Order: sequence, then C-alpha cells, then structure tokens
Amino acid sequence: MSIWASWQVTRRADAARWVLILAFVVLGGGFFRAQVLQSEAYRLTSNNNRLRTIPLPAPRGEIVDRNGLLIAENYPGFSVRLLASREDSLRAVIARLDSLIPGIQVDADAVVTRWAAVRHEPALVFGSSDFGVVATLEEHRGVLPGLVVQAEPRRRYPLGAAVGHLVGYVSEVSQAELDNVAKFPGARMGDIVGKLGLEAEYDSIMRGRNGMRYVEVTARGHTVREQGLARAVRPIIGRTITTTIDLPLQQFVDSMWQADLAGKRGALLAMRPNGEILAYYSAPSFDPNDWVGGISVAKFRELNEDPDKPLINRVIYGRYPPASPFKLATAAMGLKRGLITANSRMAVPCTGGFQFGNRRFRCWKRDGGHGSLDLTGAVATSCDVYFYQLGLMLGEQAIFDEGTAYGFGQRSGIDLDANMEQRSIFPSELKHYVNSRGVNWWSRGEILNLSIGQGSNAQTLVNMTTFYAALAGDGVKRAPYLVRPRPGAPEFPMGLKPDELQVLRDAMAAVVNVGTAGRSGGREIRMAGKTGTGQVTNQEDIAWFIGFAPVEAPEIVVGILVEEGLHGSWVAPQVARTIRRWILGPDTAAVRAPIDLPITEELIPRDSLRLLEAGDTTIPRPAGTGTR
Amino acid sequence: MGRDLDRPLFLVTLALAIFGIVVLYSAGQTDAPSNATGVWTRQLVWLGVGLVAAATSYRISFRLLEWIAPWAYGLGLGLLLLTVVGFGSGGEGSAASTSSWLTIGGVRLGQPVELAKIATILMLARWFTARREPPTSLRGLIPPVTIAAVPALLVLAQPDLGSAIVFAGILFATLFWAGVAPSLLLLLASPVISLFLAWSTALWSAWMVVLFILLLLWRPFILEAIGIYVVNSVMGVAAMLVWEKMAPHQRGRILSFLNPEEYRTGSAYQAIQSKVAIGSGGWFGTGFTQGTQKRSGYIPEHWTDFVFAVVGEEFGFVGVMLALGLFIALLFILVRIAQRAADPYASIVVFGVAGLIFTHVFENVGMTISLMPITGIPLPFFSYGGSFLLLMALSLGLAFRAANEARSAGYVEN
Repeated sequence: MSIWASWQVTRRADAARWVLILAFVVLGGGFFRAQVLQSEAYRLTSNNNRLRTIPLPAPRGEIVDRNGLLIAENYPGFSVRLLASREDSLRAVIARLDSLIPGIQVDADAVVTRWAAVRHEPALVFGSSDFGVVATLEEHRGVLPGLVVQAEPRRRYPLGAAVGHLVGYVSEVSQAELDNVAKFPGARMGDIVGKLGLEAEYDSIMRGRNGMRYVEVTARGHTVREQGLARAVRPIIGRTITTTIDLPLQQFVDSMWQADLAGKRGALLAMRPNGEILAYYSAPSFDPNDWVGGISVAKFRELNEDPDKPLINRVIYGRYPPASPFKLATAAMGLKRGLITANSRMAVPCTGGFQFGNRRFRCWKRDGGHGSLDLTGAVATSCDVYFYQLGLMLGEQAIFDEGTAYGFGQRSGIDLDANMEQRSIFPSELKHYVNSRGVNWWSRGEILNLSIGQGSNAQTLVNMTTFYAALAGDGVKRAPYLVRPRPGAPEFPMGLKPDELQVLRDAMAAVVNVGTAGRSGGREIRMAGKTGTGQVTNQEDIAWFIGFAPVEAPEIVVGILVEEGLHGSWVAPQVARTIRRWILGPDTAAVRAPIDLPITEELIPRDSLRLLEAGDTTIPRPAGTGTR
Repeated sequence: MGRDLDRPLFLVTLALAIFGIVVLYSAGQTDAPSNATGVWTRQLVWLGVGLVAAATSYRISFRLLEWIAPWAYGLGLGLLLLTVVGFGSGGEGSAASTSSWLTIGGVRLGQPVELAKIATILMLARWFTARREPPTSLRGLIPPVTIAAVPALLVLAQPDLGSAIVFAGILFATLFWAGVAPSLLLLLASPVISLFLAWSTALWSAWMVVLFILLLLWRPFILEAIGIYVVNSVMGVAAMLVWEKMAPHQRGRILSFLNPEEYRTGSAYQAIQSKVAIGSGGWFGTGFTQGTQKRSGYIPEHWTDFVFAVVGEEFGFVGVMLALGLFIALLFILVRIAQRAADPYASIVVFGVAGLIFTHVFENVGMTISLMPITGIPLPFFSYGGSFLLLMALSLGLAFRAANEARSAGYVEN
C-alpha cells in the first residue's frame, strides 16, 4: 500500500493544491483583465447595448417679415417612430400598428428603408400625428415593442397659399440628397429639410441641430425607461430669418389677386429700388402646409396634374417676351450712346407703320399713327415706329452690347431657388442667330423686333422688375433679395447719368399721367410705369405692367405679369393698388378706391372706352399719412 | 462514530448556498420578462430536498457504497441509455435540441447524467481499491478509462459535450489520486491534445515532436509507445472528420470560442454579452439586482449556465473573488478530507467529488469570460436546477461522512 503511505498522499495532495491555485489564478487573471483593466470598454459596450438614441428634432428657425410678423412658425406635433433590432420584427409591429389605426396606411417599405439606414435609431413612421392616433398607440404600447412617440415641432405657415412660392416647403430629406453631402450639410436620415423657396435657400440657417435623448431597451427591443433628461443633448434651435417681405402687403396682393384676377396665371413682384423684395407672389399658388408631415399622394398628384401648374414659380421660372416695357431699355441705350435726348424726334413720323426694306412694320396704332413724337411722347404712347428707328440708329451691335450690360441675358441673382430661376434670353452677339445646323437666320428686321421687346428676347418677371428698380433707383441693376443679397451676385451698372435717368422716369410718369396731373390739389402720389402686351405665337397675349412711385423719389417698384387673354392696361390697376397699399398703409377705403388709369397703349383698339374716360392717375393721399 | 460535522466544510457550503440563493434572487429581477422570475424560491425548495439527501448519504457507510457501486453505475448507464434511445427531451436552455432530460410520458423526471457522475466516481473508487498497486501501463488503464468512457460516450450522444468533459475530469482526478504516474496521465491525454491542436498543422507537428521526446524519456512499453504515437497521428488527421460529424450547436460553440467577434450573432452572442456584463461590473459591480445587462435580458441563460455573469456584473471583481475564494476553499477542504480519509475508498470518492466540482467550476466560470468554450454545464450552488443540486448534496454528504470517519479513526493527528 505504498501509494497510500502518508508521505505519498501528502505529495499528491500538495500537487493537487498547486493545480487548484494555478487554475484559480488563471480564472482570477481573466476576471481582473475584464473587470479592472478593460472595464471602461465593456461599460461602453453595455451602454450601447441597451441605450438607444432618439433624435430630438430641433425646431426650425422662424421666418418673419420685415416687421417681425410670422411667415413660418412652429407648433407642437407628434411623431411616431419604431425601434427594432430585426427587419421581420419591425414589419410585424408595423402590421399591428396599421391594424390599430383605421384609415391610415403605413408605407412599410419606406419605414424599413429608413430603419435600414440607421438601425440603432428609431425609424420614422408618421412625421405628424394628431392626438387621437397617438392616444390609440399609447393604449396598445404593450403589443407595439419599440414604439417611440414624441412631441416634435411642426412647421406652420399661417398665411398658407398666400406665401406658397415664397416659403417653398419642407419635407423629409431623401437618400439621394444625403448622398450629395454639400446639399444639406449635417442632415441625417429622417430629418426635415427645406426643399423649395426660402425654406431651401436658408435651410442651413433655419435647420438648427438635432439633440438626442436616450431610452433603455431590452434585448427584445421593448423600451424600458427614459434616461434622466440630464444626459440628453438638447437640440439647438435654428435661427430665425428676417425677410424683407412686408407680410400685410403680401397678404393684400394675394387677396387682390383672388378678387380681381381669380383663376389667372401670373405673378407679382414688389420691391424697393435697392433690391429689397416686399411682396413675392405667383399664381396659382399651393399651400405649403400640405407638405408638413409628408404630403399625401393624392394631393401631390392633384398639384402636379393641374393644367395651371401651381408648382411653377412664375416670378423666376417662365420667360416671356418683355414687349413694350423693354422700350425703356431701348430708350436708355439711345440716351447712353448719345443718340437722342429727351427732345429728339425721329426722322419718320408715325403714320401707323414703318417701311423697312420691302416690308412694312406696323405700329400698334394703325389708324393714322402717332405723328411726330419726342422721347416722352414716344414712351407715353408706346409708339412702335419711334423705337424701330431708334433701334436702327443704335444698330445690332450696340443693342447686343448694351442689353447684355444691363443683364438681359442673365439671371436676376435673387436669393431664392437659384437652381430654378431661368436665365433670361437676349442675344449677346450675332452668333446667337446661327442655329445648331450653322444656318444664319439673322436679318436686320430683327433689330426692329428687338427694339420693341419682341424677337429673340425673353425675360423673367424678376429680371424685368429688377431692371425697372434700377431705372427707379441709381441706374445700377442689382440682384434683388428676400433676406440678403446673394454673395457674388453680379451688378449691372447701366452707365446713365442722373439726368438721363430722370428723362426716362418722366417719360414713364407721362404714361400714366398724361394731362391729369394735380387734379386732387392736395398731396398726391405720382406714379410712373409701362404697360406691355407680349405676343407669343399660338398663344394668347401676355400682359405686363411695371410701375413705381412716387416719381420724385421712388420707394416701391411693382411688376405684374398675367398669362393669356389680358392687356397691360388691364393689370395696371393691380400695380397701382399694390403701390397705394404700400405707401398709404392699410386704409382700405383709400386703397380700394376705384382706379382709373388712362393707360394709352393698346387700349384703343380693344377698349377705347377706357381711354375716353381717362381720368385720375394721381392717388389722393389722406392727410397725416407720411411717406414710407 | 461521532456526530460532529466538519466545521470548515459546513461553513463554506453554507456560505456558497446563501450566495447562490442571493444571486438567483437577483437573477429574477429583470425588466425583460424571463423564466428566471421566482426561480430562487424553487431553488430554496430544492435546497431543502438536498439537505435531506445530504443527511441520507451522510448516514451511508462507505462499505455499503462500495458494495452498491456497480448497481448504481448500472442504473446510471441504463437511464442514460433511455435518454439516448428516445426518452430524452431538451431542457429549458439554449441547447434545446439535446435530450439530456429523462422524459417518460411527457414528464421530465430529471437528468440521469447527474446520477451517472456520482455512480462513476463510486465505481472508479471501487476498481482502484480492489487493486494493491496502481496500473503502470496504458494497458492497465483500460478498465478505469472504460468505466468513465461509457457514460461519457452516452452523454456525447445526447449530445452534451460539457458533461462528457466532466467525466474526463472525474477520470483524471481519480487516476491521479489513485497513484497513476503523471507521465502516464499525459500520454493518456495526448490523443485529445492532438485533437485540439489539429486546427494548426504547425502546432500539431510541434506537439508530435515533443511527444516523441517524452516517449524516449519515459520509456513506456515499446508497443504502447508506438500505439500512442499512431493514435496521436490519427487524431490529428481525424480531427476534421470529427468536425464534420459534430452537431451544429457544438460546432458553433467551438468556432465562437476560437473567434468570438466573427460569430457575433450566433453562439458568440452569449459569450460576448456575458463578457460585457462581467466587464462592465468593474471593481465593485452595479449593485445587488441592479445589473443592467441582466435586467434588460442581454445575458442568455442568466439563471442557469451564465449565472456567474450576474455575479460579475452586480458584485464586480470583488464579488467574483469572493465566489472563487469560496470555491477554492471548498476544494482545499475536500482535498484535505481526501488526504486524511480513513480508507482509500473514501479517499478516492472524496477526491473524485473534488475533481467533479473543480471541472464544473473551471469550465462554467471560464466560459463566462471566454476562457473556455461554451458548454451547458451548471455552476455548483449558483445555477438553478434540481438534479445537479441533488448530486452536489449527495456528494458533499459523502465528504462530511469521510471527514467524520477520519476523525473517529484517530487519523487526524498528523
């Protein structure tokens, strides 16, 4: 029994003890490594395991008008999101959620796409829900694991469609937009960004920065509890942008359009000569509130398929023959080149037409013509024959050079939807008339067309109105703006002396003031402007009127454009009312007083009655109202 | 025969039992619904049953045990065989495809493997005490190896790799304690070493060189030396074939043990979550019942196989050291009792019990921090489960008796 001898047993027992000690040192070392040396890393993993971040959307900055009135604001709404660890469990919860709320269809695929982009964050289901839906969901929280309902600010535009094209709209950022990093820097899946209008242009300022909070979830994705708010990162509210818009004026323009021009397509732009935009309106409009929380498919289809195309912003998108308002550009070119003065008369008096080569170019006044006119008379009567001859005196090269220098072949540079604004069309050289097949279709007859605003000349409303703002101001055509001038936007100095500008302003004043000045005796607003009726082949005419007031020291320039079926003289009252509303303030009686502008152009053949009744073009101003 | 209980063994056992119940109570405190809720009360009931079982085994003489050992062994094998031939069902744990539970008529009666473990210890002790000298050749080891291998192969067929490893632990503990030369034990283990090194040809080749040198040094019988070398070669080559035959969950466990990050979602999920829970515990832990990994249901089987992760998360490194300290104290006491036992049979039985407990503790605790591969074997005193608790109670009852007999025999003085 030697193996059971005491010393043998003791030896084996000691060996066993050493094996035990060694084994437990190995185990203890493993725990020391994990629990002491690497504890921080494991704690972090543990937190990542069970804490889910939920973005706290930053309220967008507000949009206010020049006096601080709200154009776009925020109010509390509810968003519904889902946390999930796997796609099939997410789909199961969506299906259950769908059955709980009748009448609302959840786009499961869209939710899954959002979830797949950022799996550890809750995926958006409804951007905005009313309280009833939220209450129903909360009631069934038990069968909806991962449900996250939170109050989040929603956009609201109190004036709705009246500011549609101005503010644009907001909606959820798309994957394509995220891929293009420069477009919405810092945006993440599920964020709401501005897609059009001011919301898009100043998105980076208004968007703010989302905060986040944490919820604790179990391994199966049920939320357990909120972490203390102390650990949440508060959202940074976006900055408010102050626009140059005068909201009451904007509202006035909208209601005026609805009353006087209901159903007409067109646009109106009111600005100060320095470029500040006071009212920005395109008709028909859309209600930007429809996009908040996601626009319905039906609504979007309705807007998209409307033959009047309400989504087209006619202030900046849509080029029209500028017609008679362009005659002021021709006149400016003549003055600048020293070819004419205010008193210059043309060689051939107007007899209702002008023989050029073997073709007779008609004046709009065919029966008898205007006779011999000076510049003021020519502008006042909009005599085509005068401008035909002035154009020929200038020659094509001078027209190309000056027109280009005035910015007629450019964008206005407005700080809105730069990618949407159409570039106006104006020839800068003869090559313009060589088409793609190399055929030169230039003829000198085109000079006559160009000089009365027809031919290869198409302008946006914003570009034309800006040109008039330059005429009303210091003769430099600057980019108009709603918040601030776009950095690097080009300026177009016309190079006219102040007295030459005055000649043009006086001529435009004559358009609306012929023989009527001073009738009211008291203080008055002298208005200047120019009508136009653009002719588009196979379409009805385009009506223009661009005016400003007061003539002595212009404060406001208003351009209006109405597609189809109207004449410049028909839309002039809307400009006059807008000007009165701006200068006189909200005195409805004065603003709403009948307007009877003795517009001299184009009325005669189609509406001679109005010319005969030509009366008051000065607007009586009630005592005590100062000039703004 | 005196009635005094071995005081250190009693105190350490009591401390472990209390610690285990406290941790099981905490395991039931979760935010995510789990089966752990209320298991601590059921475990208390099992502790009561275990107390009766321990008191019973305490009263059984080792002579009687020696006599009934073959019958107990036969019963254990028979029940194991039943689970393999269709009366087995999965437990509540992760390896639900196994059939470790003896189930008749849909009623789960218990896990026969626990009976087989104690029966194997008794049987091995009987075989060794019947001989005057320990075997000195591999051929002489065939009978004891067979005694342990039959139940081990049966549980492998369930399949339950963890319990098979426990039989290996019991075998080596008893062989060592019965005086088999350590060099012989190494040669016996060499085929398994070859199997595990087979995944790397370089390591395996190095091992074969070492083995060759060892064979020259130790000079066993020449035929046995050749046999050993051939078996090692075959094991290295056969490893891949064995791999092919493994059950998917076993394969996954081994893969995830070798490379947890790559198998993050499958078996390794358990390993990583367990380690995260333990690591986040730090020095002092998150506090009693406050473990966040546990509360949120990230620790799999946190009331059975991975209960030690709860200890690590809630009581930190200090709590882990306390638990491991109690275990090493228990094992030292058992070694001491085996050392001083009044007769070789009792001595080998107690040392076999120590080997059993050690294998369970090292494998279970080691797997919670990825030191060992994941196998579903319970941690003594901590894991919830009646069968294993009964085995522990019976085994420790025997240890108490052995300690008591040693004192009565006046063997204590040296």
